[in-house]
Amino acid sequence: MSILPARRPSPHPADGARPRRAPVGAPARRAAATGAALLLLAGTGPAPAAADGAGADTMTIAVSQQVDSFNPFTAQLAVTTNILRHVYDSLVTVDPESNEPAPALAEEWESSDDGLTWTFHLRDDVAFTDGEPLTADDVVWTFTTIMENEAAAIASGNYVAGFESVTAEDDHTVVVRLDEPQATMTSLDVPIVPRHVWEPVLEEEGDAFAEYSNEVFPLVGSGPFVLTEHERGRHITLEANPDHWRGAPGLDRVVLRYYSEKDAAVEALRSGEVSFVYELTDAQATSLEGTDDIAVNIAEGKRFQAFTINPGAETQDGEAFGDGHPALSDLTLRQAIVMAIDNEEIVDKAHNGQAVAAGGYIPPRYEDFHWSPEGAEATLAFDPGAANAMLDEAGYERGEDGVRVSPEGDRLSLRLHAHVDRPDNVQAALVMVERLADIGIEVENNTVDPGVLSDALHEGEYDLIFTGWTVNPDPDYVFSIHTCGALPVEPGTMQGDAYFCDEEYDELYEAQLAEYDRGARVELVHELQEVLYTEAVVNVLAYPNILEAYRTDHVTGLQVQPDPGGNIWGQDGYWAWWSAEPAAPGEAAASSGPSTGVLWAVGGGAALLVLVGALVLVVRRATAGDRE
Amino acid sequence: MTGAPTTSDRPAGPGAPEAPAPAGPAGSGRLARALVYVAGRLTTAAVSLAAVVAAGFFLFRILPGDPVRAMTEGREVSAEQREELRRQFGLDRSPAEQFLDYAAGLLRLDLGTSFQYREPVAELILDRLGPTLLLAGTGTVVAAALGLFLGARAGWRPGGRGDRVNTAVALFFWSVPTFWLGLLLIVVLASGRGFVPDLFPTGGMVDPDATGPWEVALSTARHMVLPVATMVAVIYAQYLMIMRSSLMDEKGADYLTTARAKGLRDSLVRRRHAVPNALLPTVTLVFLNLGQVVSGVILVETVFSWPGLGQLFYSGLRVPDLGLVQGLFVVFAASVILMNLLADLVYPLLDPRVRP
Repeated sequence: MSILPARRPSPHPADGARPRRAPVGAPARRAAATGAALLLLAGTGPAPAAADGAGADTMTIAVSQQVDSFNPFTAQLAVTTNILRHVYDSLVTVDPESNEPAPALAEEWESSDDGLTWTFHLRDDVAFTDGEPLTADDVVWTFTTIMENEAAAIASGNYVAGFESVTAEDDHTVVVRLDEPQATMTSLDVPIVPRHVWEPVLEEEGDAFAEYSNEVFPLVGSGPFVLTEHERGRHITLEANPDHWRGAPGLDRVVLRYYSEKDAAVEALRSGEVSFVYELTDAQATSLEGTDDIAVNIAEGKRFQAFTINPGAETQDGEAFGDGHPALSDLTLRQAIVMAIDNEEIVDKAHNGQAVAAGGYIPPRYEDFHWSPEGAEATLAFDPGAANAMLDEAGYERGEDGVRVSPEGDRLSLRLHAHVDRPDNVQAALVMVERLADIGIEVENNTVDPGVLSDALHEGEYDLIFTGWTVNPDPDYVFSIHTCGALPVEPGTMQGDAYFCDEEYDELYEAQLAEYDRGARVELVHELQEVLYTEAVVNVLAYPNILEAYRTDHVTGLQVQPDPGGNIWGQDGYWAWWSAEPAAPGEAAASSGPSTGVLWAVGGGAALLVLVGALVLVVRRATAGDRE
Repeated sequence: MTGAPTTSDRPAGPGAPEAPAPAGPAGSGRLARALVYVAGRLTTAAVSLAAVVAAGFFLFRILPGDPVRAMTEGREVSAEQREELRRQFGLDRSPAEQFLDYAAGLLRLDLGTSFQYREPVAELILDRLGPTLLLAGTGTVVAAALGLFLGARAGWRPGGRGDRVNTAVALFFWSVPTFWLGLLLIVVLASGRGFVPDLFPTGGMVDPDATGPWEVALSTARHMVLPVATMVAVIYAQYLMIMRSSLMDEKGADYLTTARAKGLRDSLVRRRHAVPNALLPTVTLVFLNLGQVVSGVILVETVFSWPGLGQLFYSGLRVPDLGLVQGLFVVFAASVILMNLLADLVYPLLDPRVRP
């Protein structure tokens, strides 16, 4: 192969030339092309060993998702946004116990009477890891850059969409002026970066800023950990920041090791090579339960699993497109479909009981925003008899084959699209086919690749389709995708996932966004969920639990979120890693370091035996003629 | 894998050259013929490569799904943010424009930029090429040596007990799913549930905290044992079978009778006379396999979390990261084409019977 990346400035700088990137890793890595992997590995120095020897007080996490970029302005994947949360502080974080906004860089904040001006008062004891103090200037520069530079808005542009200006009143006071009131101001998940590091980068990179990967280790941040190393596809290393204003983390180091196969990662947890695995399947969690030195953590889900019914896909101008079944625009039919499905059965059969049967749109882990239809509100509770009666009354007569026909004469044969890569969807689809047959609806089950499903959704060529969202502590976004403004401008550009558009809903949505009183906002959010529930376009089935496991002989004291019953990986904040302590100082990661000489000898000895055997054979053959 | 020759004068392997041109006067005529042959092969390879580049580009664009939608799935992004990503990936321009850009880049050996990693594809590939070559190269060498050695023995006494056992075992491993075998090895030999706890690591290529070249080399060797064993177990059968059948072909040849008549021991007749001739068709197979080496270890790399090209390709297909899969596709295809070309060029040198 003679394909070499252009590493010097290209001789054709005019068009299409790639500007130079910051160098990544040691120059020796460039020698990889020769395939001399051993030599090249030797050339990349590993992380500096801790004072008391390698592997001291380390927590090793098995990850599979690759890094897109460590540039906080562009990083989008879960693994990188999670890591960056530990590297850069944000203004406000999320309380580990209550899931409510909690002080971080900002000690306190207030809004003006008209709701258009927010003032954040920063702590005065925060420094970046290079010793420079973190001031209002850094905050202003971070927000302004996202507002003014499109390439810098890729990750967090939605947070600043309603900002008019961000200014510094003094070194520790930041003032944000808004176009419209927005209640989400206390949940701005935006990493604050050091201006003195990033301003030169932005100038130098110019148009190529989106491709800047920020792999200049150790990264200068203000968070509880410092990112010190990244070997793509192998591992990522974070070292503790002993000077963090919240207090030094209990661990010396967090290492994320790559395991592309979750089953292999589970085996690595058994052998002690890793301390923590997350996103387990039910079967994996069950197999780990009761194992010595391993704790399985079952947490309340952040996700909801739902299916949506095509109410008739339309653009914002009301132009219909797609080929959804015409009868589905009838509310009665949609409600009957929901009443025919038993969410408890979905939990048992599709999630093996590792989920909570759904009520409203927001999972119960967010206690105050969660709404569940109770008593008289539960108009769509599982009741196939009532569903059949409703359809009979509305003129959906059963044909000879038991399948109903709409009053307009359309046979009720519906397509269902499920993600082939989500086992719970595949199982839930099978349950739904059976239950809908009970009320005279025939379902054609399409279990397809996520890409196929996404195309069907955005072209409006579906009847019933699976969806799901991870809900953040502030629920604004998952509601915004069902406003009329989220409808596509032209087919294929929809922001949401359901072609839902309802005037009453939109009014409630605007009201909750402008409501700064949490109690009043909670009420509005409940009403929003009631509208969604009654309209039966977006129908939530279950909230799957989060399953993870860790070695109790490596780490202890991991703060879950929410507490109790919360998760460890993927928190809103850095509580788990920051609070973790080594289980037995100095011994925690003994097993993840190079093993004892015995094991080396066994591994090497096997190879040696093969070599010696081969040699003997060759010698024997060479002299065979003489021995005759 | 087919390619077992049925006649002893012309191997019909996948890389077997076409019928030689009619014999002309010796000397300069032979050189001219050789040049024509080489030029023909080079042209074929170049045309194939161009076809692959074009096909790959449009093939991946008809994959269902939208890269930007897939990358932002579940993220709180606005319409403007999606637009910006589309613009950056060049997806806002016509396919024809995109293709011309891509082709122009290829001529400068620029494979384009990966969407999800925001890095030049060529750099990503170079990063991963070493580990893949190390794993696949070792696996191929061991599998070929083992397969040829056992195949020669099996083919020498076809139908004997050794032949039956050898063939059965090889075919058993050939039909075992790679994934399953790999996981089984991990469970038994790595996770501490086997006889010896923690004999080998469960995945990766080298310990993150290995320091110094010596430790890194040892750690890599230890990490290689299971993936190489899995790979060898699954592929050595093809070498065994082809060696076996081509040796069976040579068995009845006259020159072996001559060798025996000279009073040579049976094993010498096999090693010095039969095996060298029987090796020829297998050479083609080895070359063809080298081409696939780069792409053929996807499953093994996935099970053992080996940081190679297979893992990279898999992560690119999921998005679909058009920039990355296109680039990898070109590299995989080019390596197969290149190895085929090499087989075509080397074979006449090895086997006088097919010289043009």
